[in-house]
Amino acid sequence: MIFAIVRTSFRALRRDRGAFILSFVLPVAFFSIFAVIFGQTHDTTPRVSVAVVDEDQSIASQRLVAGLEREAALNAFTAPKAKAGQPQQPNYTAQSAEAGVKAGDFSAALIIPKGYGAHPMSFGPQSDTANQPQIEILHDSSDPIAAQVLAGMLQKTVMLSMGDVMADQGMQYFDQFSGGLTAEQKKNIDAGLAQYRAYLAKRDQTPSATNNANASLVPVTIRDVVGENKKNPMVSFYAAGIGVMFLLFTASGAGGSILDESDSGALDRVLSSHVSMTTLLAGKMTYCTLLAFAQLCVMFLWGWAVFHLDLWPHLGGFLVMGICTAFAVANFGMILAAVSKTRAQQGAIGTLLILSMSAIGGSMFPRPFMPESIRKAGLFTINGWAIDGFTKVFWYDEPIAHLWQQVSVLLAIGIVLFFVARRFAKRWESV
Amino acid sequence: MTTAPPLHIDSLVKRFGSLTAVDGVSLEVQDRECLGLLGPNGAGKSTTIRSIVGRVQPDSGTVRIFGHPAESPEARDAIGWVPQEIALYPLLSCRENLDSFGRYQGLSGKHLTQAIDWCIQWATLADKANEPVKQLSGGMKRRLNMACGLIHRPRIVLMDEPTVGVDPQSRNNIFEMIEALRAEGMSIIYTTHYMEEAERLCDRIAIIDHGKVIALGTRDDLVRQSFGGRSDVVMRIQDPDQKAAAWTESRKGTYDGQVAHFSIDQPTEIAALLDAATHNGLEVIDVVLRRPNLESVFLQLTGRDLRE
Repeated sequence: MIFAIVRTSFRALRRDRGAFILSFVLPVAFFSIFAVIFGQTHDTTPRVSVAVVDEDQSIASQRLVAGLEREAALNAFTAPKAKAGQPQQPNYTAQSAEAGVKAGDFSAALIIPKGYGAHPMSFGPQSDTANQPQIEILHDSSDPIAAQVLAGMLQKTVMLSMGDVMADQGMQYFDQFSGGLTAEQKKNIDAGLAQYRAYLAKRDQTPSATNNANASLVPVTIRDVVGENKKNPMVSFYAAGIGVMFLLFTASGAGGSILDESDSGALDRVLSSHVSMTTLLAGKMTYCTLLAFAQLCVMFLWGWAVFHLDLWPHLGGFLVMGICTAFAVANFGMILAAVSKTRAQQGAIGTLLILSMSAIGGSMFPRPFMPESIRKAGLFTINGWAIDGFTKVFWYDEPIAHLWQQVSVLLAIGIVLFFVARRFAKRWESV
Repeated sequence: MTTAPPLHIDSLVKRFGSLTAVDGVSLEVQDRECLGLLGPNGAGKSTTIRSIVGRVQPDSGTVRIFGHPAESPEARDAIGWVPQEIALYPLLSCRENLDSFGRYQGLSGKHLTQAIDWCIQWATLADKANEPVKQLSGGMKRRLNMACGLIHRPRIVLMDEPTVGVDPQSRNNIFEMIEALRAEGMSIIYTTHYMEEAERLCDRIAIIDHGKVIALGTRDDLVRQSFGGRSDVVMRIQDPDQKAAAWTESRKGTYDGQVAHFSIDQPTEIAALLDAATHNGLEVIDVVLRRPNLESVFLQLTGRDLRE
C-alpha cells in the first residue's frame, strides 16, 4: 500500500513539470552559483581597493607609496587609470580620494600629509608626535574590514620597505637618550645605512620585488593541513548547505500535497479504502525521503562532474548522511502539512521556518564563522546536523562510524516529527 | 439461514456542535435495490452517506454492510463510494487514477488491469484513457469520479449527487451508466435533490429533511400516502396579495406567494375553483392540472420546495 502511494506521488511529480524543475534544476542552479562565487576563494584573497594621496612627495613618502603599491593584499592607486589613447590623469588629491570613497569607488583612501617625510615614524612617547603630521585613513563603515586591513598593511609596509628610515630614526633616538654616540660610531652607522639603502634600492628595482611583498620580519610558512589535498574544498560545504535548504523546501511542498488532496476530497476517498492514516503518512514520507535523496544525489553528482567534488572516495559517508538527512527533512514536510490548516498557511510557515533554520544552521553561511551563541542555536536545526555530517565526510575524511552522532540525531528528529505529525493528522480521520 | 442485507442503518445520529445533521435515521437497502435519498441541500443526505463509508463517526446508532461494521475491512471491500466532489488526482491520467485507487482497494496484477479496462469501458472514456484528468470536460471527470468508486467492483455503491454541475447530455450518460449497474444487480444508494433523477433511477425513495426520514417507499406509495387518488391543481394569480393567500387557505390549498396549489378528487372541480376565484375578485392567468409527483409530496410534507 505504501508503494502504491509512493508510485502515485512520483507519477504526479513527473506530470508537474514546474514542480519537477523546482525539485532538481533549481537546487543545482543555486548550488552552482554559490560554488562559483565561494568555491574559488581559497586560492585568491580579495584585495582591498585603496586610493593613495602623497601630499608630501618626500623620499620617505615615495618609498611608502611604492611599498603600498607592491602589497599583495591591496590594490593601491595614486591616480585614475588612463583610458587607451587618453593622457595620464592627474594624481588623486585628498578631496578627490574622499569623494571616491564616498562614491564607493574605493574601500578606503590613505592620505600622506605634507611634512610627513620629516618624521616618518616615531618610537617615543605620544606627546612627541602629537603635533607632527599624521597619515589619515578615510574609509566607508559599510566595509569595516578594509580600514583594518589597510592599517595593518601600512605598518607592515613601513617595516619592510622603510627599514633604513626606521633604523635612522632609531639611531637618532639612541643618540638622544644614550648619552651621545661617538663620531666613529656615527660614521660606522652612516656607512651601514648607506649599504642598506643601496640594497633596498637594488631590491626594489628587481622584477621579483612584488614577491617580497609577502615577506615578513618573522619568517612564517602557512600550511592548510586539512584542505591542501582537496580538489575543491568549499564545494562540498555548499553542496550540503544549499542541498539541505532545498530539500526542506521540496519536502514542504511534497508534504503539502496532503492538504491539496484534503481540499479536493481525494483524501476522504483514499481513507475510505484500505489505506489508513498511518499508511498514508508513511507513504507520503517515503516518497518525500526518496525525492529528497534523489535531489541530493543529483546535486552531488553535479558537484563531482562540474566542480571536481571528491564524491567517489566518500560515497559510503555520502549515502549514510544523504539518507538520514532526507529522512529528517521528509518528516519536517509531514509535520508542516499536518499542523497547517491551508496550503497558504503551510507555505508561509514553511518558508519562515526553512529560511530561519537555513540561516542559523549554516546553509547560507558557514557556522564556524558565526558567534558562539548562534553556533549553538544551529544544533536545533536539521541543517546544522546535516551539514556537520557532510563536513565530517567530505572535509575531515572521517570514517562512517564517526557519523554516529549526526546519524542518531537526524534519525531521532525524523522519528519524533513523524509521530507528532501522525498525532496532528487525526483531524483528517473520521469526524 | 438469513442473509444480511447490503446495508442496514439503525437509529443513526450525528451532531456537529449544536446542529443535529442526522437525527435517528433508520434505513435498509435490499439486494439489487436502488434506494434514493431525496432532500434539499443540508438535509443530512451526505452526512448519512459519509457515516456509511466510515468518514463520519456517528454519535449513536449502527451501520452494517452485509452484516459487518462500517469500518471493517469486509465492509470496505463490499462498498463503493462516489463522493460529491471530483475526488481525483488532477495530474494523473484516467488510467493512472484508476490504477491508484484500485491499488488502495487492494487490487493488483491481472485483476487490477481487468478492473481498469472495465471501468474505462463503463465510463466510455476509452479515447481519453491516457489524458490527464485536468484536461477532461466536467462530464468526463464526473464519469471517472464514479468509475474510481467502482474499481474494486463493490456489491453496494453509494452515489452522492453524481450529476451536480453537469450538462443534460452528460447527465443522460451518467443515468445510462447507473442503469447498466442496476442491470448487473448492484445495490445502490443514490442521493439527489432532483426528484426527476430519483423517479427515474430509484426503486424506493427516502425523503430526508432536517436529518430525519420523513417518508419512505416507492414513488407511487409516497404519492398515494400523501395525496390518495387526488390530483394537483397549480393556479397562477394576477397581482398576488394577502387576499389571494386568504382565499387559497379558505379553499384548503397552499399558497407560496406566486402560485396556489390545490388537491382535487375530480378534474371537474377546476371549474368550481375558477368560479370562486372570479367571485372573490382574483384574476387567474394560468391553471395546470397534474398528477402529484415527489416534489408535490415534499411540498405536502414540509411546506417547502425541494430546491429551497
